[in-house]
Amino acid sequence: MAVAIAVENLSKKYIIGHQARERYTALRDVLANGAKRFVHKVTHPFAKPEDDATHETFWALKDINFNIEQGDRVGIIGRNGAGKSTLLKILSRITEPTSGQIKIRGRVSSLLEVGTGFHPELTGRENIYLNGVILGMSKAEIDKKFDEIVEFSGVETFLDTPVKRFSSGMTMRLAFSVAAHLNPDILIIDEVLAVGDTEYQKRCLEKMEELSRDGRTLLFVSHNLGSISSLCDKCMYLERGRLKQFDRTAAVIANYNQVDNRESSVEISAAMRVKGNGSILFRGASLMGISREPKTAFLIGEDIQLELTIESLFEGAMSFWLIVFDSTGRPLLSTHQRDQGMVEISCGKYRLSYRTKGLGLMPGVYTISAGAFDPKLTFLEWIDHFQTFEVYPTFRNGTPFDHRWGLVNQSADWRLEAW
Amino acid sequence: MHSQQQLMDSQSVLVIEAGRTERHYWKDLWRYRELFYFLAWRDILVRYKQTAIGIAWALIRPLLTTVVFVFVFGKLAKLPSDGMPYPILVFAALLPWQFFSNAFAEAGNSLISNANMISKVYFPRLVVPVSAVIVGLVDFLISGVLLVGLMLWYGVVPDWRIVTLPLFLAVAVVASMGAGLWIAALNVQYRDFRYIIPFVVQFGLYVSPVGFSSAIVPEQWRLLYSLNPMVGVIDGFRWAILGGENQLYWPGIWLSLVLALLSAITGILYFRKMEKSFADVI
Repeated sequence: MAVAIAVENLSKKYIIGHQARERYTALRDVLANGAKRFVHKVTHPFAKPEDDATHETFWALKDINFNIEQGDRVGIIGRNGAGKSTLLKILSRITEPTSGQIKIRGRVSSLLEVGTGFHPELTGRENIYLNGVILGMSKAEIDKKFDEIVEFSGVETFLDTPVKRFSSGMTMRLAFSVAAHLNPDILIIDEVLAVGDTEYQKRCLEKMEELSRDGRTLLFVSHNLGSISSLCDKCMYLERGRLKQFDRTAAVIANYNQVDNRESSVEISAAMRVKGNGSILFRGASLMGISREPKTAFLIGEDIQLELTIESLFEGAMSFWLIVFDSTGRPLLSTHQRDQGMVEISCGKYRLSYRTKGLGLMPGVYTISAGAFDPKLTFLEWIDHFQTFEVYPTFRNGTPFDHRWGLVNQSADWRLEAW
Repeated sequence: MHSQQQLMDSQSVLVIEAGRTERHYWKDLWRYRELFYFLAWRDILVRYKQTAIGIAWALIRPLLTTVVFVFVFGKLAKLPSDGMPYPILVFAALLPWQFFSNAFAEAGNSLISNANMISKVYFPRLVVPVSAVIVGLVDFLISGVLLVGLMLWYGVVPDWRIVTLPLFLAVAVVASMGAGLWIAALNVQYRDFRYIIPFVVQFGLYVSPVGFSSAIVPEQWRLLYSLNPMVGVIDGFRWAILGGENQLYWPGIWLSLVLALLSAITGILYFRKMEKSFADVI
């Protein structure tokens, strides 16, 4: 088989400003920093140039090597911040690598988001053309495939209705339909299944399978291990910007789910940050048992403690929250500190501890996300999937048992009395 | 149906490396040529879908500005009009000026307003600001109808010089593209530049000879005055449309042309240099 994608020593570096609220810089700050440095130089002519403490380099990808053969269906998994999206962005030429080389044979289409360029004011018909051209089709191609696209999307009757009146499911179906008819040699897809209903997801998977049967190469990122294992024959496991494993899907997923690659104490990297204005920063997290012993695996119904170290530039009332996800990325439960009342915080370093008496979780592997809200529910911080833990498939006393039914587990007081 | 192997042989190999984008850029720009049209089409369509009187906006804005300028400069300040009807004198200048300011402002903001597309899809980014200039051209053509109406009303018949009009329009296109590309690229990195756009547009209206004829500028200052490329464009428009005794100040025209070209060339170079990091920064 011919090689479709060859990647050699690929690395990508980002420079992250700690204080930066947004990714762009204000000229004001650049000028102010420049002036400050100048004054410092003049007043301290012999001082060593100080490190720019507000900036940190971050390797989103480091020394990645792999070959993908034509017709392969490759899944890419890894925790948030592992570099999955960066890899896709480089392969689809949205951003440049810092070093390394990639050779790609054939026409690439990437779908990093469903419906990029859709305009709510335009009708379904108009958006098909607009989106198609943005994704790299020619008008003639779209003309030719127009009926097919419409039929697959199932929104015939609303073709001349502005998309803003569409339900989100309809928009999604239409957008995926356009992308599915791109006819590329290599199709790159990121998390398109995370949204939309089950019927939509099924259609997407079927369409992708159909495309790959025609000999097209498929690269597919998802948090949903189920769809990865049903669609992909090979799988890449990225961890902190490095390619940890590239093998048959079953082998990689088994490794990914293994308890061993979990740590009870983690340092939180900027790459795990989803949102936040920088006024509250989570720095580290430790998972512990009831008597503060480090732990990442728990018996069913066992108490769990989580400790977060926090830096605050925020002053005033706020509250924390926490979400637990299952191994397919589905959110299972959330807890809000605000149920108990908001807390006052001021500038400084803090330690937040979260303790729960027996999470109602079934045996399995879980990840935790957490964040902070101000009183208006603005995100002060949001860190995704920073910690992983497991609930053993055993009885409370450790005897193996994996026949629990249902979705939640409840610890209860059982009493049997003779009368 | 050819076999897969044949297909592979006929496919060219794309190489991605730091600093490599250069090589396929202009080929890609050609491949994405339809995107110029579709982005411009989207902007025009959306604009007129959201408004009640739609396309009439392209007429009302220059018309009202003309009325104000005729009143302020013609009636109150009594500036000379070289024997031409003052409304036509003003409108012939307002047309290219409004084109420039619209095209410049839209192009300057275009990358930010299409941020989502830029971070999710690959295409030559140059398409975005250039389509914004195309939108400005469409508006220009619509308000051009108004000029024809005014000329009929005042019985102004243009002579052969009218055929040179596209040349002056081309200078305006080049100038707005140059300025727009600079600001668009800078805007991605430093959002301060979005505040510069309305300032340039407002300030430019008064320093360009829109409400008056540039003949009132003293001879020794004419060349300096022509450092604003729109001076040459506006003078050219008046010369081509109004005919009559109107004389062109050639050194000024050449200076405008050179400056417009210079801004466009440096604009493209700077844009190309910054383009690679747009998706990382925007």
